[in-house]
Parts: sequence; C-alpha cells; structure tokens
Amino acid sequence: MEPLAIADKIKEKFPDEVLGIKEFRGQVAVTMKKGRMLEISRYLHDEPELYFDYLIDVCGVDYLGKKDNRFEVVYHLYSIKHRHAIRIKAEVPENDSSIDSVMPVWVGANWHERECYDMYGVVFKGHPDFRRILMPEDWEGHPLRKDYPLKGPVKEWPGFLDVLDRAKRFREFEWHE
Amino acid sequence: MEDIEKTFETKELTVSMGPQHPATHGVLRLVLNLDGETVVKCTPYVGYLHRGIEKLGENRTYFSALPLSDRLDYIASMNNNVGYVNAVEKLFGIEAPERAKFIRTMVAEMGRISSHIIWLGTHVLDIGATTPFLYAFREREVIMDLFEMLCGARLTVSYPRVGGVRNDISQEFLDRLYEFVLDFPSKMDDYETLVTENRIWKARTVGIGVISAEEAINWGLTGAILRGSGVDYDVRKYAPYDAYDKVDFDVPIGRKGDCYDRYLVKMGEMRQANRILKQCIEKLPAGPVMADAPKFTLPPKDMVLKDMEHLIHQFILITKGPTVPEGEVYMGTEVPKGELGFYFVSDGTGKPYRMRVRAPSFIHASVLPRLCEGGLIADVIANIGTIDIVLGECDR
Repeated sequence: MEPLAIADKIKEKFPDEVLGIKEFRGQVAVTMKKGRMLEISRYLHDEPELYFDYLIDVCGVDYLGKKDNRFEVVYHLYSIKHRHAIRIKAEVPENDSSIDSVMPVWVGANWHERECYDMYGVVFKGHPDFRRILMPEDWEGHPLRKDYPLKGPVKEWPGFLDVLDRAKRFREFEWHE
Repeated sequence: MEDIEKTFETKELTVSMGPQHPATHGVLRLVLNLDGETVVKCTPYVGYLHRGIEKLGENRTYFSALPLSDRLDYIASMNNNVGYVNAVEKLFGIEAPERAKFIRTMVAEMGRISSHIIWLGTHVLDIGATTPFLYAFREREVIMDLFEMLCGARLTVSYPRVGGVRNDISQEFLDRLYEFVLDFPSKMDDYETLVTENRIWKARTVGIGVISAEEAINWGLTGAILRGSGVDYDVRKYAPYDAYDKVDFDVPIGRKGDCYDRYLVKMGEMRQANRILKQCIEKLPAGPVMADAPKFTLPPKDMVLKDMEHLIHQFILITKGPTVPEGEVYMGTEVPKGELGFYFVSDGTGKPYRMRVRAPSFIHASVLPRLCEGGLIADVIANIGTIDIVLGECDR
C-alpha cells in the first residue's frame, strides 16, 4: 500500500486518535494521542492489509519549548510481507510522561523502550523489566533531554568517585614479607 | 553411597561473565544463573562504551557529525559512513553522481568482507579453531591497505561525503582491488575446507540457538540472523540505495535458524560481496564524484584556496551548516551486522534537531537471553559469536 493510503486507513479506524498526517520525502508520519497506543499497535500488526510485523525502531524526541506536548515517542514500522513502511508518533506531555509498552505486540521493543526511558524519562507501562540501560542505574537526569547540559553535570557521578577512591587505595598498597 | 546422595544438594550458581572477557567481543557483561552447566537465566548489561554519540550529533553540523558514525561499528566504519551520508542526502534532497554511487557500493562491500572476515576469525577462535583466525587477518590486511591507499586511514575512514565521496579513486587502486577480487574465492575455499564440514565445528553449532522466522521478525532482528531463519529481508534488495539496483547479486538464506545456518549465510554473503565488487569495477562509469549542489556539499579544497565564492560557501557550511528543509527522514542501510538506520529530525538549522541511530547490535544483544536460556554455558559463547555484535554500535 502507498504510505498515504495507510495513513488514511488508520485515520478511518481511529478518527479520534489521529492528530495529524505529514508527508516528507515520500515518508508519511501519523501523529497520535498516546491513550490507546497498545490497541493501535495490535491493529497495525494484525490487520491483514497492513501487517506491520517488523518494528524497526522506537525512539523519543524532546520538543522543549517547541510544542505543547514536550515529548514524542516515534515508532518506525515496516511490513516485510507487503514491503511498506509508516512512522507513528505518539505525543507525550511532560506532566504525565507515561505510555503503554508495545512489548505484547513486538517483543523487540524491549530495549528500545528502556533506552527511551533512560534518555528521556518517558515511562512505559506494562514493560516487564523496566530500568535504565545505557547509563548506570543510580544516574541522575536523562541525558538526551534538551535541557540537560552537553558538557557533563555539575556534580560528579558517585560511581566515578568510588573508582577514583579505590585507585588511590590500590596505589598505596605495599607488599609485606 | 545413599547417604552421600541424600546430603548432596545442587544450588543455582550466579556467574558474571564480562565486561572484560575475550569471548564477549567487547565490553558486554552477562550475568548467568546456572544450574550445573545449564543456563537458567541470562541477563545482558550494556552501556560500558556509551559515549553519547546521539547527543554529540545534535550539537554538530551535518558534515562534522560524519566522523561520529565511524565510531559506531568500528570494524566496518565504511558501511556506517555510507549509511550516514545516504540518510543525510535523503534529508537534503540531493543525489550523488553515478560514479560516486558505484564507488560507495564498492567500498561498502569491501567493508562487508573485512567485517565478516573478522567475525569468522574470532567466532571460530572462540569455539576452538586457531588456524582460520590467522588466515582471516591476512585477507583483511589487503583490504586495510587498500583503504589506506584510498584515504590515508585504515579504521576510521570517513571517506564518503554528503553528496559523493571525498576523492576519486586511482587506476592503481582498481588494479590492486581487481587482483584481490580474482584471488578471494580461492581463499574462501580454504576457509570452507577448514571449517564448514569440520566435525567439531558442526557439533558445536548445528541446532544451537535456534530461532524461528516469525520470532526473529518479532524481535526485530535483521542481517544474517534473520536470513539464517529463512527470511530474505535485505535492505539492499527491498529498498535499494547507491548502485545496488544496478548490480546483480543473490541473498543467501538459511532454513533452520541455528548457529550453523547463520554461519553459512555469512559465508555466502562474502562470496556475493566479492561478486558485487567485480561488477562495480567492471561497470564503473566515468564522471564527477561530488554532486553539483553548492548549498549542500562542501566545495573542492583546491577551489576554496583559489576562488572567493567557494571560500564563502565553505565558510558558511562549516560554521553555520547548510539550510535544511524542515522535516524528518528515516533511512536504513544494510551493514555487515544488519540494518543500520539513521533517523533525522530537522528544524531548519544546520544541525540535526534529533539524530537517532538504530543500531543492529543493540537489538541483537537484546535477543541473547532468548538464545542462551535453556542451553549449555558453552553454547553462550557460540551464540555471542554468531550474532556478531560490536559494542561500540550497541552502546553508541
């Protein structure tokens, strides 16, 4: 199916959920409300004409000061059978930054969602193993947010201080007969 | 005897494998819960090599973020560069000239061979065969020398440019590459003689880490793992970029989806890459290697030194970056590990508002528990080798 026809089909099925459809360089993005994301995913996966069996990617985008809803969770979908693709974007406001996990539909969303939480602080409800992935577990802040400083935080990460301390102690170590 | 059996208890054992372990191919850490030799639970920990490439990319212009892509999958940096420039070109709406497309296809396939050769050497070494490793590095050295001849760098090449390639290739380069291409199939025969029908090799890989086609797609696996399960998904065929629609090649696929089939797929891919290389050399068209789009591509250096207009273009493109239309683009390319995707959100300035790297190794590392749980601890090594991950790409 053509990407715009797919977008129209989604809009027909969920008229209240679709906020906008945009085309750029032959790729179509459908912006949606976040409320019924799991249901929409299941429809996209199971509907025989669409059959989006392959979830390419899940990632977050931070539109600080640019849009009313600060975050967007972007899903890239592809159908290996029909060879068509679509981009679904769910708007997530800052004061209620949680969205349904799509892991029941695509298992591959597992680490993507963890990374999205790690980098943006978006919480995925229903994820079975929800914790940070790339940053240490006791890290403060979410690095890919636009208000996070580029050149490191003011405060040193406790784990690093710990390593420095241990290195110092090991330097002082002496062999005893 | 009975007394001993009564008092003898087994206990679940937790072993931390990595982050410094030769068989985890980088700084991957696996926490394995073992019942005897059987893996009950496997938990991968990644992030030891996280350098914030996505954050850095958001703070650089499209041109100066190119070298960051070298540092993703550092043993196939040429393929990452090709993926990056293709995505940026799609965003800019420009197209590279025909000759540049063929050159990119050529260097990308060289990168594929060199990456697969490293994979073959290390994977086989992990399982216990030393000889192929030594031979594999002999062939890789030829490709590394050719890269050095092309652009002066061996590992982090940054040779492709937005709108084409950095410099044209010489006749000497083509002659030496052609020599390699003619010679390579016999080297492949050598590897296959050593490994393919080897009884120990087959005992260690046949039926290990089986994943079905439906499950592999659902996990989002790509590259040789997906094709080993019998799905012919290859970005080069499904959405051709560069000159892949002008060369003739097959996509090898497996049937059972075990380690052995994945091995066969990768070996087949090397032969196909060699075939593509041969066609690229034979069909290489004449013409320029940079697109004629002064607003989006860096001007040639000799003109910058001679001509005022080019100097101004260079100055603006380097300091401010190009004026890019507002919008967003996702572009996937087939790198040796699988599908590498770049997703750019542009807000109209010279820097990407969001640069997302869809790294195949990240997804492939996430499938490790699925492959390892229920198997033996020795099979964990075979599984890590077969999914061919590079942690630089996984952690970004």
